[in-house]
Amino acid sequence: MNKPVVIIGGGIAGMEAAACISAKGREVILLEKTGQLGGHLLQWDRLFPTRRKSSEVLRHLEKGMNDGISVHLEAEISGIENNNGVFIVKLSDGREFEGSALLLSTGYSVFDARKKEEYGYGIYDNVITSAELEEFFRNNRQENLLKGIKSKRIGIVHCVGSRDEKVGNLYCSKVCCITGVKQAIEIKELLPESEIYCFYMDLRMFDRHFEEMYYEAQQKWGIHFIRGRMSEAAENADHTLVVKVEDTLTGLPLKMTVDILILLVGFIPSPETARLAGMLGIDSGEDGFLIVEDEHFASNSTSIPGVFISGAVKGPVCIEHTITDARAAALQVLSYLDSEIAKWRNSETVK
Amino acid sequence: MKDFGYSINKDKQIDFDDNNKEVMNKVLRMEPSLQVCIACGSCTATCSAGQFTGFNIRRVHTFLRRGEVRFLKKEIMKCMFCGKCQLVCPRGVNLRNLILALHNSLEINGL
Repeated sequence: MNKPVVIIGGGIAGMEAAACISAKGREVILLEKTGQLGGHLLQWDRLFPTRRKSSEVLRHLEKGMNDGISVHLEAEISGIENNNGVFIVKLSDGREFEGSALLLSTGYSVFDARKKEEYGYGIYDNVITSAELEEFFRNNRQENLLKGIKSKRIGIVHCVGSRDEKVGNLYCSKVCCITGVKQAIEIKELLPESEIYCFYMDLRMFDRHFEEMYYEAQQKWGIHFIRGRMSEAAENADHTLVVKVEDTLTGLPLKMTVDILILLVGFIPSPETARLAGMLGIDSGEDGFLIVEDEHFASNSTSIPGVFISGAVKGPVCIEHTITDARAAALQVLSYLDSEIAKWRNSETVK
Repeated sequence: MKDFGYSINKDKQIDFDDNNKEVMNKVLRMEPSLQVCIACGSCTATCSAGQFTGFNIRRVHTFLRRGEVRFLKKEIMKCMFCGKCQLVCPRGVNLRNLILALHNSLEINGL
């Protein structure tokens, strides 16, 4: 019980949990499968609703990476052994680590928009995902997307891969609604002449300042919202797109031509999370995300003593809440280790 | 052309590309608060005229925003300007001015 804490996944949750655990004097081993810490933060440009640079948040997380944390990159896990609460994590390159507790924070994957073939992603030129738009913004390559045209009609499609049994995802991905509103404003800042239409079923502005941002999108930027799930897009000879949707507020089908279609892609449980959860024996729900011991009071522990989870492995979550969840996870890991030490001391006294 | 006895019906779908956006743009300029409508329907639920006629002010606004303006002139005649819609609107939309602005711009556009 005096061995380090092994954290698998060096994204937002993994980094923050590592910083908190190490701040309390516990050694941490942080394993990351890619060559860089930061997870999805590396993919985004600005965050909702503050419009803060993603890189700035990453810099804050990096400040927490002190000497008590040994970071191992390119760590592909080949096996995990659980010897009565001592975890041996083996990597495919032969490296091996031992820990007294294990935190899984391997995050999520972005939904593959090609599965919604009717929207034409990967088939039509001007259909892109919200994740790709972030990449354009991040690299300052918007011009490539806009191709010099100043006035455009742009469609933004909500719930792509979410709330959709046809792709096997019944759940709401939570962050896409506000991402769509944020990106609509960002496009409008670049192209004040453009018309933007968001196609939505409900607008789920669940968190503080989200509704205000939606209000700003309508009032200040004149962004239009059409209620109805888009059924299909078809490409014209000039590479513009005709979209079809029921405008459910008039009760009539509607078609319109747009120059660019942006698909707000949701969360899916990452295949790596599923693989590692399988190795450890952590249960997952019907949606594929992992199950915690108690939704309210043990929201980072699992049915296996010493194994904890944090972040988007538990389901769609925004960055602010991921950071809070990582801190809660750190606290649960530390109390577990303290109680293990107390148990050991008691048994020593009895002897 | 020879008449074969067939005719083509216009379909019911909203063709946003062809529709009249001039009236919409004009009304939005005259009453920008319409932009923040969330289509909750509070206005329609409380509407005095709506209790006795088919008048639905939420739908009038939605149709305007889609460029479907052909039927609006007849519809807006049903409003009695009592202003209850405005009292209940959670987004503070000036709905009476929607009707006035519609009267005005429909007339200008000869609709």
